Amino acid sequence: MSNTGPDAITGPTPDNAIRQADIAEKEAAGGDAAHAGPVLAADGTPLKQSLNRALRRQKLRALALIAPLLVFILVTFIAPIADMLFRSVENEIVEETLPRTIKVLEDWDGQGVPGEPAFEALAYDLMIAAELKNHTRLGSRLNYETTGVSSLFRKSGRRVDDIGEVYADQFIALDPAWEEPATWIALMAAPGWSAGEGEIPAAFEMRDGVAEVLPRTADMYGAFADVIRTEDEESVADEEPWNIVYEALYRDLSENPEAAIAFDGENAARLAAAAEAVPGFETTTMSEIFIDIDKDWGSNNTWGTIEAFSSRYTSGYFLASADYQLTPDGIERQPEDQQIYGLLFQRTLFMSMTIMISCVLLGYPVAFLLSNLPMRTSNLLMILVLLPFWTSLLVRTSAWKVLLQQQGVINDILVWIGLVADDNRLELINNQTGTIIAMTHILLPFMILPLYSVMKTIPPSYVRAAKSLGATDWTAFWRVYFPQSVPGIGAGCILVFILSIGYYITPELVGGTTGTFISNRIAYHISSSLNWGLAAALGTILLAVVLVLYWIYDRIVGIDNVSLG
Amino acid sequence: MKLKTLLASTAAATSLAGGAFAEAHMADSMTIVSWGGAYQESQRKAYAEPYMEANPGVEVIWDESSAEAVAKLRAMNESGSISWDVVDVVASDAIRLCDEGLAMEIDADEQLAKGDDGSDASDDFGDLLVSDCFIPQIVYSTTIGYRTDMLDKKPESICAIFDTETYPGKRSLEKRPIGNLEWALLCDGVAKEDIYDVLETEEGQDRAFEKLATIKDDVIWWSAGADTPQLLADGEVVMGSAYNGRLFSLIEEQDQPVAMMWDAQVFDLDGWIIPEGLSDERKARALDFIKESTNTQKLADQAKYISYGPARQSSAPLVGKHAELGIDMAPHMPTDPANATNTFLYNYEWWADYRDDLDSKFQTWLAQ
Repeated sequence: MSNTGPDAITGPTPDNAIRQADIAEKEAAGGDAAHAGPVLAADGTPLKQSLNRALRRQKLRALALIAPLLVFILVTFIAPIADMLFRSVENEIVEETLPRTIKVLEDWDGQGVPGEPAFEALAYDLMIAAELKNHTRLGSRLNYETTGVSSLFRKSGRRVDDIGEVYADQFIALDPAWEEPATWIALMAAPGWSAGEGEIPAAFEMRDGVAEVLPRTADMYGAFADVIRTEDEESVADEEPWNIVYEALYRDLSENPEAAIAFDGENAARLAAAAEAVPGFETTTMSEIFIDIDKDWGSNNTWGTIEAFSSRYTSGYFLASADYQLTPDGIERQPEDQQIYGLLFQRTLFMSMTIMISCVLLGYPVAFLLSNLPMRTSNLLMILVLLPFWTSLLVRTSAWKVLLQQQGVINDILVWIGLVADDNRLELINNQTGTIIAMTHILLPFMILPLYSVMKTIPPSYVRAAKSLGATDWTAFWRVYFPQSVPGIGAGCILVFILSIGYYITPELVGGTTGTFISNRIAYHISSSLNWGLAAALGTILLAVVLVLYWIYDRIVGIDNVSLG
Repeated sequence: MKLKTLLASTAAATSLAGGAFAEAHMADSMTIVSWGGAYQESQRKAYAEPYMEANPGVEVIWDESSAEAVAKLRAMNESGSISWDVVDVVASDAIRLCDEGLAMEIDADEQLAKGDDGSDASDDFGDLLVSDCFIPQIVYSTTIGYRTDMLDKKPESICAIFDTETYPGKRSLEKRPIGNLEWALLCDGVAKEDIYDVLETEEGQDRAFEKLATIKDDVIWWSAGADTPQLLADGEVVMGSAYNGRLFSLIEEQDQPVAMMWDAQVFDLDGWIIPEGLSDERKARALDFIKESTNTQKLADQAKYISYGPARQSSAPLVGKHAELGIDMAPHMPTDPANATNTFLYNYEWWADYRDDLDSKFQTWLAQ
């Protein structure tokens, strides 16, 4: 490697000049104090300052030159990757969908089933989520962790609007005015608020003080008003509240029968009458309702899962990609029959290694031949190397299918020669062998090309010199030629290994069950199971593994010893 | 003040006239996403061409991304620009999209055409409306094709797959748990109606995997729909599961020595969804297209081009002959009474819950 450090440049550069100016200044300061002073440039400014300016200008110019590429890479490459990696820990959906429940669960000891307040909070959260159609999304998120949560949320979301109906009926039986949207507006809205005439109604404004005396009602009516406005684009003034708002009012009034004092006029009278009647209402508990919807709400496992995944960031995906799981009782190993990722990572590394080695073994002689034959022949051979390189990946993979299958060309020939019995044909595809053969072929050009370009630069005179000094053909090759081709092997190995570790389409097509890679699993989670968090975690691990291997490689071989020509 | 009144009355007039001039408010181009190949071709001929004839000026853009529809729709939704208007997906994907809030809910009775026999759409589609967002279009089935020249005995029951003594040779099965586990239990003596109850238990799952393990060495696992037909044509396998339409074209169009065994065929559905978050004009166009192209006659028309059964009950009597081969299509329909003596409909809800778990079990089992 040629030395291209800044000090090696012989001409003056601002960089060097600053250093020299520094030295000159120090010398001056160390000498006669009277004559000490900054060295000046021709225009009278201090030399150091003017050099600094020149340097800064130069750097800015350099930056401006690479800026388009830098921005391009940042926007189209780094940012999406960072975003994808971020998904491996991101878990905001639980807190965003069930904020009230999460809050109540903070005080839960994790034993049995949480108390009534948790169910009540769940009812409120679920009602809003069901109206916004978020509950099923949360269900499928939590179903990655605990089987059955998906249908639990779907089912509960369908029945959640009935919750509180019993109270709604009783309030309305008590005073039909409770059915009127206007009654509710008079009670809850800030005086003078109106939905307005616009296409989208004005935002709802709560009356001052309601939240203090009727906290649940205010919370749910506010949420109701919001949803009606943003989702349905209707005015809350025309809509009868959700059943659950009546339930909230019932709870508030049983807790605080004096709530009416915060109001005046008709509102106060109606509320006072309701407060008086409330103790006689027929009542149910939320936990009964939910366990009636699905018995899973009565299980510790369901609640434990919600609690375990309530934080905004989770290690759950990374644990899953290492065959562990986050359970309510802490981190546990996955059941043995579901431990797949460790196996796949090992297999991916092992097979990439095998493919890389077979590429070296097959590619080295070819590259050697290419670089040592006369131009005409070597150009012809080069086309043979490049031709498959230019052919579609799918075509080449399918061609291997035709060749390798049991009724395929290779087996037919072997049977015809008599090497293999007809009823005992070789299994060359839909297993690891198939993947290794097909991928070695596909990645071979990535090994041959860097090898060739390095070998081209090795002067033949070295080997001739070695021979003239008495080396045998082997010694001349091994001691003189081979060490000079190592940078090419290094470059080829890195290219082949890193390409193959992320390969996915060829293993999918010819790998069968034992020849697939971790990337096939990542693809499955991206496109089929939609578990992007897990896919991101697997991808992050794969990236980390590659970086570690790169570091080890640098330690052992040295990255300076890699050359593409 | 005057201006305001004027504006208000104009607005009122426009909204009144809205119903009459609905046409004017529909987008004049729409992107339809489907699976490509013969299937998309059948949709083009049966649905899109008549629609474009009836609505000149409407441009239809085709996309062939249905296989990645769920992931792509999610990505589009996150980026906030949805470029698809009507998407063809299988039922399980539709459920997933609906759960994720990525597909629009559709009220079958209000937004779809009544059946030709006057029945409400919801009755006409019946059980096939497996999700609120899904308008079924066809019933297809995963069924078994076998080489007539390579087997000594004609397989009559699904359990022939597990009987390697009577039917020696390789078989191909789909590389996923859905369908295979049900067949394994069925052939392990579990009654059809109990299968999901058994599969819900740990022992039941083990039992299914054990049954599959008896033939593990004889199975080539496929992941693309074209695999089994190809493997059968090459003689790589003696029998294998495949979509009935693919087997139809292998047998009738390519004349291969292959026959179909309909026993315990697993029904699956394919249909339309409309992505959530379209502008009103595009939504109106998409709904109009779907209403038009899922009526009784159109669904029956599609069966002229491909051997998948129409999802409406009222369409069944209208199924005619193949457009090119001129053969009667009814006997090739998975829904034909002669073929449908023993059928199996996925329990979609159940699989939505258990899919992730069983899939990792299945993959681990395969990898061992």
